[in-house]
Amino acid sequence: MKLTINGQEIARDVAQHHTLLEFLRDDIGLTGTKECCAEGECGACTVLLDGKAINSCLVLAAEADGSIVTTIEGLEKDGQLDPLQQAFIDKGAVQCGFCIPGMIMAAKYLLQENSNPTEAEIKQGLAGNLCRCAGYSRIIDAVREASGGRK
Amino acid sequence: MREFAPDVRLLAGGTDLMVRLRSGRFRPNAVVDVKRVSGWSSQIVETEGVLRIGAGVTMTDLVADTKVQRHFPALVEAASVVGSIQIRNRATLAGNICNASPAADTAPPLLVCGAIVNIASAWDERRLPLHEFFLAPGKTALAPSELVESLDLPIPAEPVGSSFQRITRRRGVDLATVNLSCTLNAAGEVRMAFGAAAPIPLLVNGTVASLEEMTAQARPISDIRGGQDYRQAMLLVMARRALEIARGRLSR
Repeated sequence: MKLTINGQEIARDVAQHHTLLEFLRDDIGLTGTKECCAEGECGACTVLLDGKAINSCLVLAAEADGSIVTTIEGLEKDGQLDPLQQAFIDKGAVQCGFCIPGMIMAAKYLLQENSNPTEAEIKQGLAGNLCRCAGYSRIIDAVREASGGRK
Repeated sequence: MREFAPDVRLLAGGTDLMVRLRSGRFRPNAVVDVKRVSGWSSQIVETEGVLRIGAGVTMTDLVADTKVQRHFPALVEAASVVGSIQIRNRATLAGNICNASPAADTAPPLLVCGAIVNIASAWDERRLPLHEFFLAPGKTALAPSELVESLDLPIPAEPVGSSFQRITRRRGVDLATVNLSCTLNAAGEVRMAFGAAAPIPLLVNGTVASLEEMTAQARPISDIRGGQDYRQAMLLVMARRALEIARGRLSR
């Protein structure tokens, strides 16, 4: 199949039973995207598929043929972190770090759809992402910071 | 589908199917991704008093559609609490129905609005009222050769108020302990449907004066999400709340 991952066109054979998550991690080597619950509950595997946040554990790799995929590795541009990544560092929003790639990709989608979310909208936007360290308040602070923190 | 029937599973959003494939509960010979089949519709089209929801329409598409918002606010309320944003970006309305969970959040609002399921096979097509579509948990009236092509929602000819209620253990990303939707017209006639309160989502008819009789038709079970008595008691509470909101919307 052919698809574009983080701006790079890729053509690969793919096992028909492999999920997009397995394809990204095992075939392409992009291990920033995490596997945790593998049933769409935790959001650790969140990536953007044609601009929409999805759980990559619930999508077959073959379904992504012809699509544009953005993973956490694709946010940095020319050595500059994405404002969201920088805000997570500045606000100390990262504890063990395992949920953070999914959190940031879900937040990326949220800010793309709503550039100035309220705290309630941020919480709703991240409702599909669990943080086992329960570091939610700093994660919310970081998203607010990246959005300009106007509300 | 004919080649592998009856052991075929259709893949649309995949948010239920992928979980069951991984758990081993489904072991089909073939999985058919229907999203790129020609004629597959992800459109919401209004024609002659009917809103037709193509089987490819996701929960996110549905919630954002102004026609659905205008005519079926209860359906918007239900679709906007299914799973998480990541789930709603993939999960389809038709898939939620075909999965036939007794707790499917979109089933009650679809039942009360009188949704019709458009079913197609390679050689035939038929229409079935949604209340005849659910047979048992996980089981629908679809034959192995059939698929759901779209859902038709009749736009109410008379003023109707509708609403959706749901009880969950936590606020986000949880299956409903009980859910309920109702419509109310100016004559005081009530259509009510509830989920997670019987083996299938159940549609009952009555009036503003018969909420107790209507909710008494539920047959809830006790499970990890709630006890039988709790579910039965909450149904009446939810029915009153839902009716109050529907009344407000009717008078607008």
